Formats: sequence, C-alpha cells, structure tokens
Amino acid sequence: MSSGFNNIESSDAPPPLSEENASHFKLNENSPIAVIGGGPAGSFFTYFLLKMADMVDLKLHVDIFETRDFDNPGPPGCNMCGGIISETLVQTLATEGVELPPNVVQRGVDSYFLHMDVGSVKIETPLQEMRIAAIYRGGGPKGNTDLEWGSFDGYLLKLARYKGAHLIDDRVVDVSLSNGRPEIKTRGGIVRSYDLLVVAVGVNSPALKLFQDLGLGYKPPGTTKTYICEYYLGHEGVGNNLGSSMHTFLLKIPRLEFAAIVPKGSYATVCMLGYKIDKELVRSFLNDPAVKKNFPLDWDSNKEACQCSPRMNITPAKKPYAERMVFLGDCGVSRLYKDGIGAAYRTAKAAARTALFEGVSAEDFEDHFWPTLKSLKNDNAIGKLIFFVIGQLQKIRLTRRTILRMVSKEQKKEGKKRRMSAVLWDMFTGSAPYKEVFFRTLHPLFLTSFLWSFAVEIWPFKKRTTRQEDV
Amino acid sequence: MKTGVLGKVYNDGDVIVRQGEPGDCMYEILEGTVEVLREKNGQEVCLAVLSKGDFFGEMAIFEREVRSATVRAMGEVRAITIDKRTLMRRISEDPSLAFRIVEKMANRIREMDVEIERLKAIF
Repeated sequence: MSSGFNNIESSDAPPPLSEENASHFKLNENSPIAVIGGGPAGSFFTYFLLKMADMVDLKLHVDIFETRDFDNPGPPGCNMCGGIISETLVQTLATEGVELPPNVVQRGVDSYFLHMDVGSVKIETPLQEMRIAAIYRGGGPKGNTDLEWGSFDGYLLKLARYKGAHLIDDRVVDVSLSNGRPEIKTRGGIVRSYDLLVVAVGVNSPALKLFQDLGLGYKPPGTTKTYICEYYLGHEGVGNNLGSSMHTFLLKIPRLEFAAIVPKGSYATVCMLGYKIDKELVRSFLNDPAVKKNFPLDWDSNKEACQCSPRMNITPAKKPYAERMVFLGDCGVSRLYKDGIGAAYRTAKAAARTALFEGVSAEDFEDHFWPTLKSLKNDNAIGKLIFFVIGQLQKIRLTRRTILRMVSKEQKKEGKKRRMSAVLWDMFTGSAPYKEVFFRTLHPLFLTSFLWSFAVEIWPFKKRTTRQEDV
Repeated sequence: MKTGVLGKVYNDGDVIVRQGEPGDCMYEILEGTVEVLREKNGQEVCLAVLSKGDFFGEMAIFEREVRSATVRAMGEVRAITIDKRTLMRRISEDPSLAFRIVEKMANRIREMDVEIERLKAIF
C-alpha cells in the first residue's frame, strides 16, 4: 500500500503477556491492547485510553490494525459517510482539546435550509457561529487532486499515533481465544495475544464475520442502505449555491425518508435515506424543483460522480462486549440516522474509561460500558417515533405548509422562542438527544403555536400564496 | 472568513465577554490572542493573556455568577462557544470530560500562587 503509514517494527511488538495478568481483568503496566479498525471509533478509543492512562502514570501498548490509507481520494481511503460533525460533538471535542484543523473541516456550517414543495426557509442559529463541521472521512471524492484535503479519519488516527499507538498495516484474518485471551492472526503472518481486543470495524466490513462463530453471543447490528454522491461544483459554485448551510429536504417522494445536501470544499455531498434506494429514486430526488434550484442552472445530474451505497446501523448489535473484548461505533450501537461519529466518540470514550478504571471483563463492560450504549439504544426508540411522525406530516401538504409558516415566523423571534426551528435543527443535525427533542414537542407553547399555524393555514378566506425563502 | 474553519471571528478590540454581564457559555480559543481585563473605578487591569487552546468564561458556568472579567480580542481571534447546557449534560454523562477543565484551572491557580508570591515580595 502506498501510504504514509509505517509497518510495525520488531521493537514495536508488545511485551510478552505475564501469567499474573491472565487471572484477573485489569490493565497493567505495558498491557497489550489490539484495536481492529482505525476509523473514528478505534482512534477515539486509543487516543482517550492513552491520554487517561498517561494521567494515572500507566504505560500501555496499543496496536491499531488498519490497512487503508485515509489520505487516498475515492473508495480506497473512504469510510463512506455523509461527513457531518454535529454541533454537540464539535463543542465536546473543543472541550477535550481536540481541535479540527481548517484543512480537515471542508466547510463550517452555521445554518440550514429546510426545503419542501411548498417553499423553503433558512434557519439560523442565534449565535451565527460555525459550529457544525462538514468533513471527508477519507481523502475526498474519486478523482480529487486538491492537495488541501485533509481526511478526518486520517487526522484522528494521527492523534492516536501521537499518543503512542502503533499502526499495523495488515489485515486481521482470524480471531480466536487462547488461554482466555483474544488472539489475532493477520494476513502478513502476525499471531499475537492481547489483554484486550477492541473491534471498531463499522458495518460495511467483512471482518465482522470473524466474531460470529466465537460463541461470544455477539450479533451484528441491523442495517439499511443509504446513498451518498459527491458532485463537483467548484469552490465558488458551492459558495454561491449552498453557502455555509446544510440543505435538508422534506419532500413527498415515495420511498424517500430524508435527504440532505452538504457543502464541502468544491463539492456538494448528496445524502439520501429511504426504502430501497435505487437509480429511479435518486433521479426523482435530483429532478425535483426544490432540489434543482440549489444547483447551478447548467448543472447536469447525470454527470459522472463519486458515489456509494453504504450500509448504516439502524438497530443495536446484540451483546457488543465479552471477556477482554468490546465492539465500538457502528458495529456496536450507534445513533439512529444521525451523528454516527458522535456515537463513535461516546462509545469509544465509555469503553476507554471502563477498560482503564474498571477492568476488561464482560461484567465490567456490562456495568460501565453498556449503560452508555443502552442510553443510545433507548434514545433511538424515541427517534424512530419522531421520524415516523415527521414522515406522516411530510405526506400532507397542509402540515408541510404549517411547518413552513411556523418556522418562517419564528426567524424574527429570539433564539429560545424558535421552538419548531430548534426541534428541526436538532433532528436534522443530530445535536441533541431524541428524547429531549420529543419532550420539546410536548411543550404547551409548541403545541399552541403549531395548532395556531395550522388554523391559519386552513382559514377559508386566507389568500393562498406560496412563500419563498426568506433569504 | 475562510470556509473551512469553525467558530466565530472577532476583530482587534472586540469585546467577547463583558465583566458584570450574565453568561451561559464558555469559549475555547482556536486562533489568536485575547486579554483578560478586570475593570475597577474606570481603570483596566490586565489579569492574563490567553491564546490558542486556552478557554475562558468557565467561571460563570460553574458559579452562576456574572462574568468576573472582560475578555477582549488582541488582533484577529477565532473562538468557539461551548454552551452551558451542552457542557453540563455531557459532563453528567462522562465526568472525565471535565479533566481538562480541572487541569487548566489547576494551572491557573499555580500561576496565581506565583503572582501572589511576587506581589507579597514587593509590598
């Protein structure tokens, strides 16, 4: 592989396992830990584990097994994702001291447009601050030659390596249990046992099959297919047509649940969620007038573009932990439809805290790691309900007009009074737990405002005009 | 402002937080330098100069008090706002998130100790 990654050297090999450690489940000085997958979950886990271990004067040996070079553009370096870092995660990472450098942030997002067939409206945050990051997981779309691109996954992996992790550019082909410890074999011939094995391979990796016959009780998560496509518009084209806003769509197109266009550098990333997404559905979406108006007049949607149909985690994995083993990120439990990277951060941090301060037994993970996953799982159940309600509202023109009216009126009010805007913002950006969003919709003022807007819309003498966007 | 950056840009002399005003957020400096000023009887005393990686405004979050000092941009500054509610919710879920804040506050106390020692030697 042509990459800046270094193969493991003999001096980087972990120290031999001591017999003393085999009997208990605590990480000790020089405990060897393997992380399969160098995406956000694997890198976050490694970074925070080594950072916290350093704080308690404990030296650990972490090997990260990753064969991709994230600096490569197109499929070889890509982890196939919409590439949005939520407002909450951006703030949390800033608090952690993890700054996202300008070459990694393809565009800072400070607002979003809600597009419907009945009109569009721009929703701005009260602070008018860039707090959402549009990023590329790899080196950008296929054919990209812009040297300014910085991969988000590559950046996190570098942070993990700066903390002392060893990157092994080799594919894990077998996992077994040897004397109660996970043992891995690689294509290159490495055979090693570890005190802890961290699995962070996503849901699109064949490596997940390695764990299904181990008798761990682990069952991979349920998935759905999504569609992501990168259209080149040029830096100016992106600025003129999309600006620094994320564009979301609630359209009455059969099988389409949700769609968004995200501005990134010189490209517009189209993300679609729905049922059995095929070429016909993609064409219907791209040809919809509410979508077309966001692209240049001479733009050709049939032009060749970098695209993929990755699977996305929509139901939790079963028992994503075992003795000395833990499953993070998408191959464990993630957030429904949104903020997958935020979920990777939270689960990785929970696993790192557990492994370092509690232990690496199945019981330790059940007591201290599983509650984080359970809270995501329970929140997703509420999210599912909210998406169902939005789906029903999306089908009725009158309710779409009601939402548009409510949001348009709210833009003149101060931040806290923008109730529908805040609900939609958090739903579309994944910035708040679904539970919080749900309870906000039950607020009497929210309901009163919604019913008032609905009443105005059905008022028989009201002059019917289609509102256009505010900006 | 460049497109690939986060936060908000403040120009030279812009007041980011003002002493005596209520606050419900803290700030992390992403680029540039700020001065922390204490105003008394119309006089300004510079308490500290902060730069990239430092944060300010956290006292108002934890103490429920008004801003204890004014923070002003020295040249162009880019800073990101961290909401009180977001921060407190995340700390309640993951107390280790506060490690860095505690570490920074400990550094400040250490610096203040040195300053007190220096002042005692003078007076």
